[in-house]
Amino acid sequence: MSKAGIIRAVAFFGILGLLPLGVKPQWVINLLIFTLMYATLASSWNLIGGYAGYPSLGHAAFFGFGAYFIGIIFENNVGNGYNPFLILPLVGLCAGLISIPIGYIAMKTRKDVFAIVTITLLFMVQTLAYNLRAVTGGAQGKGVAVPPFAPATFGRPFYYVMLILLLTAMGISFYFRRSKIGLSLAAVRADEDKAHGVGIQVTAVKIIAFAISVGIAAMVGGVWGYYEGFIYPQFAVDPLITIGMVLMTFLGGRATLWGPVLGAFILVPAQQYFSYEFGATQFYLLAYAAIFLIIMLVLPRGILPTLTDRIRLKAKIAAEAAK
Amino acid sequence: MHLVIQALILGSLTGGVYALMASGQTLIFGIMKVINLAQGAFVIVASYFTFSLFQMTGLDPFLLIVITTPIMFILGAATQWFLLRPLRPDDAAELSLLVTFAVALGLEGALSIVYKTTLRSIMPGYENHSWTIWGYQVNEVRFYAFLLSIAMLVILYVLLQKTKFGRSVRATVQNPMAAQLLGVNSKAVSAFGFGLGVSTTAAAGAVFGLITPFNPGSHYDLISRLLTIVVLGGMGAIGGSVIAALMMGVGAALVSALASPIWADFTFFIVLLLVLLLRPRGLFGAKVRGAL
Repeated sequence: MSKAGIIRAVAFFGILGLLPLGVKPQWVINLLIFTLMYATLASSWNLIGGYAGYPSLGHAAFFGFGAYFIGIIFENNVGNGYNPFLILPLVGLCAGLISIPIGYIAMKTRKDVFAIVTITLLFMVQTLAYNLRAVTGGAQGKGVAVPPFAPATFGRPFYYVMLILLLTAMGISFYFRRSKIGLSLAAVRADEDKAHGVGIQVTAVKIIAFAISVGIAAMVGGVWGYYEGFIYPQFAVDPLITIGMVLMTFLGGRATLWGPVLGAFILVPAQQYFSYEFGATQFYLLAYAAIFLIIMLVLPRGILPTLTDRIRLKAKIAAEAAK
Repeated sequence: MHLVIQALILGSLTGGVYALMASGQTLIFGIMKVINLAQGAFVIVASYFTFSLFQMTGLDPFLLIVITTPIMFILGAATQWFLLRPLRPDDAAELSLLVTFAVALGLEGALSIVYKTTLRSIMPGYENHSWTIWGYQVNEVRFYAFLLSIAMLVILYVLLQKTKFGRSVRATVQNPMAAQLLGVNSKAVSAFGFGLGVSTTAAAGAVFGLITPFNPGSHYDLISRLLTIVVLGGMGAIGGSVIAALMMGVGAALVSALASPIWADFTFFIVLLLVLLLRPRGLFGAKVRGAL
């Protein structure tokens, strides 16, 4: 890791780690929790959607799986309040294992088919969440026990767990960039047939990336369900969550380390501001769609790659001029 | 046995409606290799257009298709021209699918602002009539819808097989570069083809609004069904998608009748996985390199 990179990471996580100690208003902490949540989701989506170029539209299914997992186990009693957090690795592991056969079938052929399977999975899981009433509570929702945290700092544990998940997701993302698996994924993205031809285990790396990616999404879902305290099918398995993470990754720059995080830090506060100002949630969808279309048409590579290119180009011109 | 035969009747009639939606989607995939995730949303848009026009004019919903079809055609062609065509060629494959998804969400958002989220139905007065034949119920609307689907599919077939436009479309499907060299305006063909694929949703939307209550979010129910049908039939094969639609219509109706309607959606997902596992190119898909 370059020196600048280390400083950037330490500063970023240092500031975020100290922030709740200085900032008291509940709504700020709440906003930060959701920002961290989407930053983590977008970073995890980036592993498969960015690095491998396989656009998953079904991550919300695993997000919801995690939420219900925690909700079902901790319906009545959470002990000292920290038990659900300790279960999270198990949630991620289960989601990852479930994703292996699905990923194997979905990634056998082509990228479009992967999108088809994952979006179908999303709606099937949503139907299941509505209809398996004995387990999920159906449309009435499922309550999760309220943790005995002090009201003044209630959000703090959730905040720090989200921060740890973000650190994990970004750590994996960073590792991917430097390791053989990341290079293999980049080759898959560029030309899968050729990658296969030169002896890359394309199927294995794709499945690993997908499993890790949805495992993180499920853990985030678990924390979300616990924090919300009530899980409804339409919010836990929501196409908007999927589109949210895709949108943020695209805005910031896919297949980059910081792009998804940047996207989340721009869009989540903007979204909260607009819903506060205008109220009506119907405008959400329209605004989301409009922003998405604009990004894809005007800035298809995202903010970070475009900026780095600009800076490089300027430096090059300056160097030429100096000669 | 009575139950099974009744389910078969209902399923094939419903399958006819799906065939109409799916044939448009397959046409779009065939021409541009774009999976149109907004096809379901266009169906719902057409349902609302029919609903509003019916309330304003009182004309029969089946007649209103004459008005809604050109509107849907323009919407589809505009989507292609303004949102898909400008994508840079090296991004297009990756982004076009997401663009159609964003279009679907945008349409849903626009509809829920205009019409709110209450469930609507198109009720011309005969929507619940049915004939009883040898003790089996045959729903009138579904029967007309089935006939309409066949008529529309025949028109589509003639258009593709017998006209100059159809020839340029088929040429573009087979080899876009060669088609362009031979003087086919492939940009225009793409916009036209997308419009044509979307225009099938006009009839499908009218029928959908007659047989089911709908709201702006209803397109979510359609997306996975349509995609399964398209994959089962073989992506790009219009005839295949019609047969697949009938099969899935019957299959879902059987599962609903024998197990429970809850598992009908599940059936679609299982079929999708099985097709991809056992015969990835679908029932009638051509084995083309780079295709499925």
